[in-house]
Amino acid sequence: MRHGRYPFVLGFLVAPVVLYTIFVFYPITQLVFVATTNWSGLSPDFDNVGLENFEKIWQDSTFWQAVQHHLMLLIALPLITIALALFFAFLLNMGGGTRGGVMQGVWGSKFYRVVFFLPQVLAVVIVGVIFSRVYGPDQSGIINRLLSFVGIERVLFMSDYGMWAILGVLVWQAVGFYVVLFSAGMSSIPADLYEAAVLDGASRITIFFRVTIPLLWETIRVAWVYLGILAFDAFALVMVLSIEQGGPDGATAVLPVLIYKQGIRESEYGYASALGVSLFLLTITFAILALRAGRREAVEH
Amino acid sequence: MEKDLTRRSVLQRSAAAGLMAVPAAGLLSACVGAKDEAPKDDNAGTVTATNPLGVKEDAEVEVVIFNGGLGTKYATDVHIPSYKKLFPKANVKFSQTEEISTVLTPRFSSNTPPDMVNNAGSKLMDQGKLVGAGQVADLSDLFEAPSLDIPGKKVKETLVPGTIEQGTYKGKPYVLNYAFTVFGMWYSSKLFKDNGWTAPKTWAEFTTLLDAMKAKGITGYAYAGANASYYQYLVILTTAAKIGGADILKNIDNLQANAWKDPAVLQAAKLWGEIGAKYMDKAHLSLKHTEVQLQQNQYKVGFYPSGSWLENEQAKDTPAGFDYNVAALPAATASDKLPANAIYAAAGEMYFVASKGKNVRGGKEYLRHMLSKEGARKFTELTKVLTVVQGSTEGLTLSPGLASSSKALADAGANNFSFRWDSWYKKMDDECRSATNELMFQGGTADKFVQRMQAVADAVKADSSIEKFER
Repeated sequence: MRHGRYPFVLGFLVAPVVLYTIFVFYPITQLVFVATTNWSGLSPDFDNVGLENFEKIWQDSTFWQAVQHHLMLLIALPLITIALALFFAFLLNMGGGTRGGVMQGVWGSKFYRVVFFLPQVLAVVIVGVIFSRVYGPDQSGIINRLLSFVGIERVLFMSDYGMWAILGVLVWQAVGFYVVLFSAGMSSIPADLYEAAVLDGASRITIFFRVTIPLLWETIRVAWVYLGILAFDAFALVMVLSIEQGGPDGATAVLPVLIYKQGIRESEYGYASALGVSLFLLTITFAILALRAGRREAVEH
Repeated sequence: MEKDLTRRSVLQRSAAAGLMAVPAAGLLSACVGAKDEAPKDDNAGTVTATNPLGVKEDAEVEVVIFNGGLGTKYATDVHIPSYKKLFPKANVKFSQTEEISTVLTPRFSSNTPPDMVNNAGSKLMDQGKLVGAGQVADLSDLFEAPSLDIPGKKVKETLVPGTIEQGTYKGKPYVLNYAFTVFGMWYSSKLFKDNGWTAPKTWAEFTTLLDAMKAKGITGYAYAGANASYYQYLVILTTAAKIGGADILKNIDNLQANAWKDPAVLQAAKLWGEIGAKYMDKAHLSLKHTEVQLQQNQYKVGFYPSGSWLENEQAKDTPAGFDYNVAALPAATASDKLPANAIYAAAGEMYFVASKGKNVRGGKEYLRHMLSKEGARKFTELTKVLTVVQGSTEGLTLSPGLASSSKALADAGANNFSFRWDSWYKKMDDECRSATNELMFQGGTADKFVQRMQAVADAVKADSSIEKFER
């Protein structure tokens, strides 16, 4: 039987490798190729221009604005989302104190679980449309309407706080998923660990920081990478919510939207592809760094 | 030619492997199939008196119409039946979209375009680049062909003067600008009548009126910053043209050195910047055009700058008796070069025939049906927008808005003008939208506006990859 093993293993490997080559590897090499051309996208003709597109990117102030926004999202989005999700997950699972030595969730935690998860099942564009009403600049905006009841001057979210408003929506939508993820992680932590901690007189806060977090570290790290990659996107929300799709004046510029604008609107597919390559490099660099930096001794249980 | 062939063969090699995809974060993808580019003429029919373009009578023609302010009823109810009446065996394949470039760019890059395209809306394709890429058919033979229902006249003789020029690129007519659009400040006759207001003729009258509106709690002047700031830059440049003459716009179009730094442009930007700071609602920066237009229908907004499609676009939301009316922009100074009733008016709404479509003749024939007197008259009836076909409003009962734009056009006489840089150079259009929002909503200055625009004009001029046009 042993001699039949390689064809068998190869048979399983070929299909995914072929699919991966056609649908991932080949398009990426094409992207790099198109990035070195001045292809307009409107006809099959183009010239090779070498690295000219990348030179242009280097001098493009909107590109650097977008990179800054991604860095902001890269720090703020995982930080806020993970903090909130951990907090909520802890409340849902253990926030209700102990009963007979077993940690309990807060009252009504099953209901909250559904509420938290709800934004996750909505399509991003729908979320965008909902928030365009939430952030409405006048009395028709939900937040501004509420503010007016307590006599606070209206806030022009998309004009003055564009990127923060986008961040708010991203967090709102992402939290639910990570609450569920962390809840699952928490429920796999053996109850006797908590029992021991409770017997030793640890408070809920101590238990959270000394027991839960270390044991959840792997899950948190994965969440960090996912959220970091999400921070390089934000396409749909910016398209739906922002002024002039990335404005005013690049205040909500993000790379995917720049790519879209250059490629589709200004018919510069070569330049758009060069932006795509830059985005690809940024994302890959982040993913590698995040996985490296987050590596530490996993606590076994 | 030699160079083209090598380019093409490079592409064929890459295309032979399958598809050429541009996955920019999974958002964009386009396939380039290198097909034979020689125009296929297998769809030629016999040239006769009723078929001057030699359309093959059973060949399908595909048209794509932008679904925006004008709707698509004029195509489905008027022009398509007209085409089918003359060629009963032909099928007209119709589709409509709100995002022309998203839907059609992949089809052009794969050389499988539809035959006739209405390139319009905020997501239109870069028309200059399309022409530059050889994707647009020369319409000379269409304009030389006899009109469908105006006996004894060629198509070109039935059009408002300037129409063909408006669609001319590098000396050849490539694009039919079909709708004749009048731009100005739109207001409700009812609102004005109820308050005893009249449309202002001078800048002082204008600001006095805006003060009066402010006192009544009405936002005197508004446009939508989120997606319609080009209505406002059109207004700024209209004022500039009134101050310094229409040649200012020509200089800008032709990318002449320091065209944007002309004192008239600076002064116009200054005047409008002051209106922005004093009379506009900052909330409108983050609203879309439909939202602001709705506010005007609710009598919360006085003047709204727009083209003559507005009345039709708002038809559903306009309360009875609102009565749209258009006013020419008030004179800016006492020494304006053009009179106060001068207006921005131009053949707009681009329709073109794809040079690599399956049925180029059919596409042109379709345009001939649009340019018939009957086709134009019914278009105006349905959309309340004038066309470039002369006398096409004969026998029509005009709606209030349409009547007022016809009157504004008549009042202006020869003093109507337009510019084309926005469709020639998309980059300048994008920058001008941002610069206009900055000027009108975000405390920008006229100097900054002018500098930004001059900088982008210079950048476009210096960029050899951008095809240049002149008029």
